[in-house]
Amino acid sequence: MADALLAVEGVTKRFGGFLALNQVSIAVKPGERFGLIGPNGSGKTTLINCVSGALRIDGGRIVFDGRDITSMPAHRRTRLGIVRSFQIPKPFSSMTVLENLGIPLENAAHGRGADGVDAMEILEAIGLAAKAHLRPAGLTQIEMRKLELARAMAARPKLLISDEAMAGLSSAEVDDILAILLRLNAQGITIIMIEHIMRAVMRFSQRIVVLDAGERIAEGTPDEVVRNPAVEKAYLGE
Amino acid sequence: MRRAGWPLLIGVAVVVVGIAIASLRANPYLYFAGYVILQYIVIATAWNILGGYAGYVNFGTPAFFALGAYTAVFLIRSVKPPLPVLMLAGGLVAGLLGLGIGYLTLRLRGVFFSIATLALSVVLQTVMVNWEYVGGSRGLSVIRPSGPPFGNYVVFLFTIMVALAVFAVLVARFIERSWIGRGLSALRDNEEAAECMGVPTLRLKLFATTVSGFLLGLAGAPFPYYVTFIEPNSAFALDYAVNALAMPMIGGTTSWIGPVIGAVLLGSAQQLATVTISSELSLLIVGVVLVGFVVVAPEGILGLIRRLRGR
Repeated sequence: MADALLAVEGVTKRFGGFLALNQVSIAVKPGERFGLIGPNGSGKTTLINCVSGALRIDGGRIVFDGRDITSMPAHRRTRLGIVRSFQIPKPFSSMTVLENLGIPLENAAHGRGADGVDAMEILEAIGLAAKAHLRPAGLTQIEMRKLELARAMAARPKLLISDEAMAGLSSAEVDDILAILLRLNAQGITIIMIEHIMRAVMRFSQRIVVLDAGERIAEGTPDEVVRNPAVEKAYLGE
Repeated sequence: MRRAGWPLLIGVAVVVVGIAIASLRANPYLYFAGYVILQYIVIATAWNILGGYAGYVNFGTPAFFALGAYTAVFLIRSVKPPLPVLMLAGGLVAGLLGLGIGYLTLRLRGVFFSIATLALSVVLQTVMVNWEYVGGSRGLSVIRPSGPPFGNYVVFLFTIMVALAVFAVLVARFIERSWIGRGLSALRDNEEAAECMGVPTLRLKLFATTVSGFLLGLAGAPFPYYVTFIEPNSAFALDYAVNALAMPMIGGTTSWIGPVIGAVLLGSAQQLATVTISSELSLLIVGVVLVGFVVVAPEGILGLIRRLRGR
């Protein structure tokens, strides 16, 4: 697909004898809200690790913004605009919240999207400004998730990959994060959401791809996907 | 530029003071002991660039130090170039070893990296034990060049070490305050997250291991002239591995001043104990102090000060 921002083409990933991803293809359009779901162990996070560059793929190719990034190291992909947040927050614990944002601002964002947005503005937008000078150890769970997102934002992403940013949060907190992601999307950032909380991912996504056992089993709008018998089988069994 | 110039000026001032002290012609032992303490400032500072800033704990300090020393010995035996050339060569060879160690960090992290560096030291010592040209296991007497530029040779070496210590500290301080230092602390906190936030982690790690190795080799190169006799057991002494790690830990690893504080305190205590009680006691002191600090003040003296100031 030539107009895709991110095109994953026939990607295969093995861990020893285990086939984690088998010829998976997805195409994410610019500005899209894209959902990636599947049962535990279906390969969602592996796929994201391949896209972000943490893992090298064994077959296929990955194209971002018209460039083949298949063998590009992770930090250069970030500089191109693919930024991810982690399922388990991984803050820089020796730095304050503000300094945490300084790392991507300094290493990834310079020379691109120079819209003058600085770390403090990002923190204000996400509701962490009051905690700017605290260490991450002093944050609550939801604040930690917000820090993950804020730090990702500081890298000035074109494509934000949100890996289970809401797992373990209360319903009100889920709404909070969801609102932030929708706002970011409205600013023009393409978002891939990986999520187990169906309510959130169904409401958020314009299009959803379902993975099961390393294979793509379905694609469509949220409504189409939930009515798909293959998806039902993957989640509930025969 | 004006702000960047200050530390340089202070550094030059320290060197001038060093030269002034050298021209005092005090008790020769003071220069002898002072050299060791200054050498430890270099070693602790170099170790801290990798161990403190980047969080890769190097147990193989003796390998780099001795490589600098043995590079010097090899050159003294073969072409006998002037001391600055010896030091540059020692630094470069050890820096190259550092670069190699840097590639190890691709696969080895945490304690496994530390074990590998320890093994490196053992391997290198075995090589030197079996290399007759540089003295082998019996060692080799090194004759100092006649007529140092000023004073006697120990005083001259003392002055060189002052300059080297200043250089090492300036390098460490520059790294700490630049994007490199911030990138290193990001990867120390979480390497995966740092890489995903655009930090070129591999390049920074290679930089840290190379610079650290270079400085350690630089410190080791004048060693043969200092002791006038080189043999593997003293060049690869456990003292270097333990002190290189203990001094920054005691001073504080997060800032350039930490290793300096640690080296001055521990180095002086060791020299004092060596003279007054016994030379065997010095390592025991390090051990006891290190254990004490790990328990009471894990962030070193700097951390202790920060805590006492409140917060």
